[in-house]
Amino acid sequence: MNNGEEQRGSGLGAFLELGWSLLRFFSRLLRFLGAVVARVLPAKVVTTEIPESGRDADLPMESEAQIESRERTGSVLVVGSFTVAILGGVGFVFFYWTGAISTAMLGGSLAVFLGGMGFTLVLWARWMMVHKEAVEPREQLKSSPIERESTTEAFCGGARDVRRRRLLKWMGLGGAGVLASMLVTLLRSLGISPDNSLYSHVWKGGQRLVTLDGKPVSLSSLRPGSTVTVFPEDKVGSERAQTVLIRVKEELLQLPQERSTWAPSGYLAYSRVCTHAGCPVGEYEAEQSLLLCPCHQSTFDVLRAAAPTGGPAARALPQLPLYADADGTLRAGGGFSEPPGPGFWGILS
Amino acid sequence: MITRRVSRFLDSRLGAAKFVRSALNHVFPDHWSFMLGEVALYCFVILVITGTYLALFFHASSEKVIYHGSYAPLVGQKISAAYGSALHISLDVPAGLLIRQMHHWAADIFVWAIIAHIARIYFTAAYRKPRELNWLIGLTLLVLALVNGFFGYSMLDDLLSGTGLRVGYAILISVPVIGPWLTYLFMGGTVPNPETLPRMFALHIFLVPALIAGLLVLHLGMIWRQMHTNYPGPKRTNQTIVGSRLWPSYTAKSLGLLLLVFGVVAALGGFAQIDPVWIYGPYDPAATMAGAQPDWYLGWVEGAMRLFPGVNLRLGHWLVPEVFFPAVLMPSLVFLALYLYPFVEKLFSIDEGDQNVLRMPYEQPVKTALGVAVFTFMLVLLTAGGDDIIAVSTGRSVIQLRTLLRILVFVAPVTAAILTYFVCVRLRTRKAASDALAETTDVLHRRKSVEETRRLEPELLLPAPPGGVPELSSDEPRSA
Repeated sequence: MNNGEEQRGSGLGAFLELGWSLLRFFSRLLRFLGAVVARVLPAKVVTTEIPESGRDADLPMESEAQIESRERTGSVLVVGSFTVAILGGVGFVFFYWTGAISTAMLGGSLAVFLGGMGFTLVLWARWMMVHKEAVEPREQLKSSPIERESTTEAFCGGARDVRRRRLLKWMGLGGAGVLASMLVTLLRSLGISPDNSLYSHVWKGGQRLVTLDGKPVSLSSLRPGSTVTVFPEDKVGSERAQTVLIRVKEELLQLPQERSTWAPSGYLAYSRVCTHAGCPVGEYEAEQSLLLCPCHQSTFDVLRAAAPTGGPAARALPQLPLYADADGTLRAGGGFSEPPGPGFWGILS
Repeated sequence: MITRRVSRFLDSRLGAAKFVRSALNHVFPDHWSFMLGEVALYCFVILVITGTYLALFFHASSEKVIYHGSYAPLVGQKISAAYGSALHISLDVPAGLLIRQMHHWAADIFVWAIIAHIARIYFTAAYRKPRELNWLIGLTLLVLALVNGFFGYSMLDDLLSGTGLRVGYAILISVPVIGPWLTYLFMGGTVPNPETLPRMFALHIFLVPALIAGLLVLHLGMIWRQMHTNYPGPKRTNQTIVGSRLWPSYTAKSLGLLLLVFGVVAALGGFAQIDPVWIYGPYDPAATMAGAQPDWYLGWVEGAMRLFPGVNLRLGHWLVPEVFFPAVLMPSLVFLALYLYPFVEKLFSIDEGDQNVLRMPYEQPVKTALGVAVFTFMLVLLTAGGDDIIAVSTGRSVIQLRTLLRILVFVAPVTAAILTYFVCVRLRTRKAASDALAETTDVLHRRKSVEETRRLEPELLLPAPPGGVPELSSDEPRSA
C-alpha cells in the first residue's frame, strides 16, 4: 500500500513525467517518419576524407551493380516526375485558352507543373548524384593587424592630404543640413500638420439630425429602446460625423448635472465612432442600455453619458447635446462634447 | 562547347573565373532547418512576380465609380475604384484570382518562414559573433514584412480592410506627441480620406519592397562571406565548414526547393480561398464586420489590444490613449528585446572569437525557456485576437474568456518556461550520459580495430624500428 502511495508521487512530478513521455513518443514518431522518408529518398553520403576510426569506415560502399540499379530506378522516377510536371504545364495553357477557367484548375495545374519540376530536381539530387560531404577550413574573417593598420592609415593619410579640412567639414555639415531641411519641406506638401478636422467637434448648434436617406428626425420618430444612425444635415454618410440616436425611458437617465438638458424626452445622441480604435459602435443592447463595439467588444452605458463599462475603451463616447424645436424636430445644441474618434495626444486640449 | 565559349567571353572581360570557381565550391550545410530562410527568400520572389502582375490592374484610388463587372449583387452600385479593380482582378481577369490568392498566400508563408527562421537562429544560438549584424538585418526584414503585409491587405478598400485601416489609424495616432503628425504624413488625415490609398500603394509596391530587396542582398552577402554555421557533430569545429558544395548538389536541392515552394503557393492559390473581397462587400463608413480580424501575423497586436484594460494616461492636458500601450509600446519592447538579445547575452557569456558551431536548445536551458516563454505569450495574445469568435463557437461569454486569457497571458509563459527549463536540463543530463557511453564504446571500438589492424597489417602500426626510419633515396632500389 505504502509503495503505491509513493509511486504516484506529487502532482507536478506526475505531470512532468507525462509531458516527458509525450515528448518521447513524438520524437519516436518523428524518427519513424524520417526513416520512412529516408527509404524513398535515399541520400548517398560518401566521405571524401580518409576515415579516422573504424566506425567511419562502416559507411556503405556501393558496388558497380548497385550503382547501376540505383541509377536505373532513379531515371524512371525522374522521368516520371518530369512527365507529370509537363502535363501540368500543358494543362495550364489548355485550361486558360479553352476558357474553362476555374481558379482551382489553373492553380492545380500550375502547382503540378512547378511542384513536379521541383520534385524532379529533388529526385535527381537524391538518386542520380553522388553526395560528397565536403569539409573545408573557414577563412579567418579578421584581417591581420598589419592589414588593418595600413587600411586605417590609407584612409587617414588620404584625409590628411586634404587641405583646409575644417572648412570642408563645415561645408559638408552645412550642405547636409540644408538638404535635410529641403526634404522636410517637401514632406510638408504631403499635408503632415494636422488640420482642424482632427480637433473639430463636427456638429454645429441648430443643425437638424437626419438619417442616412436625408430625413430629419423628430420627437415622435423612435420608441424607447430603439436606435437610429443620424448625421448632420451637411455631412450625411460621413465617417466622423456618424452619430447614434437612442431613445430611452426618461426616468432611467443618470446624466451628470451639467448635461441634464441634453436629452429631451429621453433622446440621447453619442458619437458612433469608438473612442478605442475607431470602429462604428454598431450594436445596442436595449435591456442593459449598453452600446457595444463589434471590433474589440468595448461597452458603453448610454444612461450614464456613455461611460465605458467593459472592454478596452477608456474614454466615454462624446455626447451630442440635443433640443427639440417648436415643431418637435431634433436639433443639435452644439458640437460633440469632445472631438470624436480614437484618442490622441492633444485631444483634450 | 558553348559553356567554354561563354566562359572565355566572360572571363576575358570580367576576370570572373577565379571567383566563379570558388563560388561553385562554396560549402553549404545540409540540415533541413537551414532551408527556412530560403523558403522566405523564394516567397519574396513569388511576391515580386505576382505583385508586379497585380499592380498592372490595381487602381489605388478611392474615387467612386459605378460597378459594371460580373459580380451581380454589386452591379450598378457606387464603389471605390480600388475596390472595383480588386473585384475586376478577382472575377474578370483570366487567372487573376489565382495570381491574387498566390500573392496573399505567399505573403502569409513569407512571414511564417521568417518567424520560423528567426526561431531557429535564436534557439540554436546562431546570432553569436560574427553574425550579430545579420541578426539585426533579419529582424528588420521581419518588421518590414509585417508592415508591408498590413499595407497589402488594407489597400483593397473592402469592408474588412476598411476596419483594419481604422484600427491602424487609431494605433498610429496614439503615439504620444508626434502621433497626429505621423498619421497625417502616412495617411493624409483622418480615415477615410482620398490620400490614404495612393500613399499606401506607393509604400507597398515600391518603398518597402526596395528596402526588403536591399537588406536581403546584404543579408545574403554576409552569409556568403561568413559562411553558414554548423550543427555540432564530427569534424564540425569553429574552423571548419561541413556540407555539400554549391555545384551541383546544393544548386539542385535549392532549385528544387524553390520550385516546390512555388508549387505549394500555386496549389494554395488555386484551392484555398483567401481574402474574398467580393463577399466582404465594399467599405462602408457606418458598418463593421462582426468577427473582423487582421491577418494572423498581426493577431498578437490585436489580442493585446483586446486584453489590455481600459486605462489611459492623462498628463495634464495631454493624453496617452489606451491603444498606445498594447499596440505600440508592447510590440516595440518585444522587438527592442529581440534586437538587443545577442548583445545582452554577450555580457553574460565567456565565449570569445568566432562561434561557428551551433548550440542545441537543450544546452542552454535558460535561454530556451526564455524563448519558449515569449512564444507562449504570443500564442496567448494570438488566441485573444480571436476571442469573440472562440466565445461564439464555444457558447461562452467573451467576458469570461477574456478574464481567463488575462490570467493566462502571465501564467502560461511562466509555466511554459519552467517546464522547458526542466525538460532541457533532463535532456542535457541524458545527452551527457549517452556521450560518455559513446566515448567509452568508441575507445573500445578503436582499441579493437587497432588490434585487428595489428593482426592483419602489422607494418602499418608497428612503432618505428630502433635506429629511426631508414631514409629512402630515389635512386636506391627499395627493398621489399
